Amino acid sequence: MDWRLQRDLFIGFFRAGMLGYGGGPSAIPLVHKEVVERYGWMNDEEFSDILALGNALPGPIATKMAGYIGYKVGGVIGLVNALAATVLPTVLLMITLIGTLVAFRDAPVVQGMTKAVTPVVGVMLLTLTYSFLKQSGRRLGWTSTLILGVLSLIAYQFLHMHPALLIAILLLYALLKKEKNPGDHDEQDPQHA
Amino acid sequence: MLYWQIFLAFFIPGIVGYGGGPASIPLIQNEVVHRYGWLTLDQFGEILALGNALPGPIATKMAGYIGYEVGGIPGAFIALFATVAPTVLAMILLLQVLYRFKNSPKVKRMTSLIRPTIAVLLGVLAGEFLFDSWQTSGVFHTAILGGASVLLMEKWNVHPAYVIGGALLYGALFLG
Repeated sequence: MDWRLQRDLFIGFFRAGMLGYGGGPSAIPLVHKEVVERYGWMNDEEFSDILALGNALPGPIATKMAGYIGYKVGGVIGLVNALAATVLPTVLLMITLIGTLVAFRDAPVVQGMTKAVTPVVGVMLLTLTYSFLKQSGRRLGWTSTLILGVLSLIAYQFLHMHPALLIAILLLYALLKKEKNPGDHDEQDPQHA
Repeated sequence: MLYWQIFLAFFIPGIVGYGGGPASIPLIQNEVVHRYGWLTLDQFGEILALGNALPGPIATKMAGYIGYEVGGIPGAFIALFATVAPTVLAMILLLQVLYRFKNSPKVKRMTSLIRPTIAVLLGVLAGEFLFDSWQTSGVFHTAILGGASVLLMEKWNVHPAYVIGGALLYGALFLG
């Protein structure tokens, strides 16, 4: 077993879990920072695939990402390791601190701390949004990106369509569409090569 | 029997809760308060409030703590397992299928078509966090914290850990 890799996995997901104030979704940019930027276990494209699929499946997002990335990078041990790092520290904190927390929960200092982290998380998510848009513009072209982006925004924000449904429709469309313009420069097509 | 109930109580919200951890909170409440009666609504609300004051995913904090209260350490592990394992396994299976056909143009198109949607979902989430902050802390603090975050993380490449630490300090001093 690669101890160094497992140690890195633990540290990476521990950090993302402990810094992720505001529930699982706020950990997404932190996981991205560790997995893509710091350790380079995967590139932006793989990360966004995982995020897309993770969003299409039920259950907490942070642990779905930790579980899959841990498995991909470090096998079954990596899976357990990354999950434990994401989940156990905060659960232990909760169990041990609950008495103290009851006393301090309404303390203005604690509430102020929680409030101050919110815009920081907002900015981190915005940065990630921008990098995905840029990447998409490069691969799909800016026109298609803009059209798909605006359509998604309308469907999700104004028609309140469920994100899982939205992603499923796009995946189905991609699967069923006729091969007319291959979109990007594929080196090989297994069916027609 | 109790362990089986703990498993079910967290398994069902886990697989039904679309939209990440926060979406499964009302479902967990339904199981632990209404179905099994392990906690009163007040107790549940208290745990939720405390959980929100701590970092990390909320669904697993709730599962771990309630599992521990109801069934000790094995209870905590069973509740965590039930929350996390089913969807992680589904994710691994689906991604393996996807990557087996990685070079097929269809799969390539699939992954590039969903990218703008993912960006939009993240953007909306970002908007919700910023809007929430604007409402609870006001324009002034939101602008200072947001602006400082952009500069520190994007321009000067400061690790988010320090930025979050700084924000916690700022909040304790000025928003308390």
